[in-house]
Amino acid sequence: MKSSIIKLENIKVSFNNEVILENLNLNIKEGEFVTLLGPSGCGKTTTLRIIAGFLNPDEGNIFFKDKKINNVPAHKREVNTIFQKYALFPHLNVYENVAFGMRIQKKPESEIKAKVTEILKMVNLVSYIDRDVNSLSGGQQQRIAIARALANNPKVLLLDEPLGALDLKLRKDMQSELKSIHQKTGITFVLVTHDQEEALSMSDTVVVMDKGSIQQIGSPEDIYNEPKNAFVADFIGESNVISGIMIDDFKVSFCGKEFSCLDKGFEKMSIVDVVIRPEDIKVVTPEQGDISGVITSVVFKGVHNEIIIDVNGFKWMIQTTEMQKENDKIGLLIYPDAIHIMKPSPYSSKIGDYSAFSDEFYNEQHKN
Amino acid sequence: MKIKLSLVPYIIWMLIFVIIPVILIIYFSFTDINKSLSFDNILEAGKYSQVFLRSIIIGAISTVLCLIIGYPAAYLISKVKLKYQNFLIMLLMIPMWTSFLLRTYAWMTLLEYNGLINKLLVFLGLPRLNMINTPGAIILGMVYNFLPYMILPIYNILVKIDKKIIEAAQDLGANKFKVFTKIIFPLSLPGIISGITMVFVPSVSTFVISKMLGGGSILVIGDLIEMQFLGNNYNPYLGSCISLILMIIIMICMKIMNSLDTQSNYTEKRTKK
Repeated sequence: MKSSIIKLENIKVSFNNEVILENLNLNIKEGEFVTLLGPSGCGKTTTLRIIAGFLNPDEGNIFFKDKKINNVPAHKREVNTIFQKYALFPHLNVYENVAFGMRIQKKPESEIKAKVTEILKMVNLVSYIDRDVNSLSGGQQQRIAIARALANNPKVLLLDEPLGALDLKLRKDMQSELKSIHQKTGITFVLVTHDQEEALSMSDTVVVMDKGSIQQIGSPEDIYNEPKNAFVADFIGESNVISGIMIDDFKVSFCGKEFSCLDKGFEKMSIVDVVIRPEDIKVVTPEQGDISGVITSVVFKGVHNEIIIDVNGFKWMIQTTEMQKENDKIGLLIYPDAIHIMKPSPYSSKIGDYSAFSDEFYNEQHKN
Repeated sequence: MKIKLSLVPYIIWMLIFVIIPVILIIYFSFTDINKSLSFDNILEAGKYSQVFLRSIIIGAISTVLCLIIGYPAAYLISKVKLKYQNFLIMLLMIPMWTSFLLRTYAWMTLLEYNGLINKLLVFLGLPRLNMINTPGAIILGMVYNFLPYMILPIYNILVKIDKKIIEAAQDLGANKFKVFTKIIFPLSLPGIISGITMVFVPSVSTFVISKMLGGGSILVIGDLIEMQFLGNNYNPYLGSCISLILMIIIMICMKIMNSLDTQSNYTEKRTKK
């Protein structure tokens, strides 16, 4: 069992009477790749700034290897940050940018030179050593920012949406590069992102946040397959979230029908949220299906078609490789292992329907 | 290269009020009273090398004092909340709304032998100070008048420095002092250089302040040039020559300043983006 390197305990932050973080508890283990995932304004960057030491929480404690570090200023913490817009020093060249931390520590020049060269090799930029940082492309600047942070031998590397400004292709490359740096160095990584795909593909542990609280902590598989509430289900990939009633163990009712499922342990005849992933639904003829509805839109997505189906006013999303036409009536077949049951949450019935209403809700959330 | 139509008025203006006068100054500089070509003026001006030196020293001292007083002021203003920043900048600007002459007169009444400061000293039972008509009074007048020209460009650069860059430096282990010496100060160099230019140039060439607070006993270049045009020994040819030499000295000084500014070009590029 790996030991804890960073622990946040009952963290509370508010700003102008607006609560940014509420009762946040988080335990990060040594060598772990943790991702804080959530929409903008969910408090993930604030959490990162608390770990870095740029922000003091109103309440709660921060521990580094079981030592309380609330009052340790940023420049004395053994963590380093990679900023969203790189924040390279514009008056220094590549070499001096990477050497900055070591110069502060007054390391001998020979050691600095060896380390800078070694780290620039790791990020494949050794031939740029004398360049002016302003002449580099976004991806190169990002790699210099990574090199600059790594040169300080941090115990924890904090990454604040580091790939946000890069285009898709470069993003993918940098994702695997970061992942391999993590494996090579064994440093604990804490990544902040709003990109669920990035979170799922890179992390050991994903922390899903919304409105200043942690919604779920778990491995990428757990988060995807066993979302705790409607928010997580909706934010991580596409989900149909339907209100249902748990009749008995392994038995749930929704859309006026009874389905067998794999979940148990819920109170009998209690209201629950039912999650069904769009790719788990099988399209059949209306007669064969458990439920049926009319196709309102078909969008070609490359690997599959994304179909929206109106089932008695509730809009379902289905991903299928089969060709379908708008206004056709089709049946939906749902197998027990496609059904995931969740306890109701404040998000119940607010999220999950693919009608105009949920789009409005989505847009409203992303405005803030 | 095509000249845009909208530039034409400016070009005409520059031609009439900048280019032609400079050419005239150069022409007069190398002409004697008999309107024939001569280098006598330069030899004549050479006799005033003491005055040149004194002007440059007084200008340099004023500039350095402005920098020493102005930089911390600009830094502190850039640190407070935005609404207070605007207020403080306004306080800085308000004296500039009154006439430069009036403000200098005000200093005369303060510094005079029977002025307010000495009256206060007498009231407190202290001996009077001899303040007016000293180099110190001239420097005081210059620092007072030109200080805003030092503060404003430095302040403008300081507020534009990205907070994330400062955080990045802290993150990499720099304490407040190191953040200042390694990041903030180098990044503010362009502001310092334009501040120095804006203060040094008028300090070297002004004549009003030295006349009013120096009482005419301390001759600077500005006075010397004025004398050639308005005084008894009317000699616009020598006056032009001294002006030309002053221009050349200032140009050399600015060239030296700008060559110190090799790094800060990066910042300018950045802030323009």
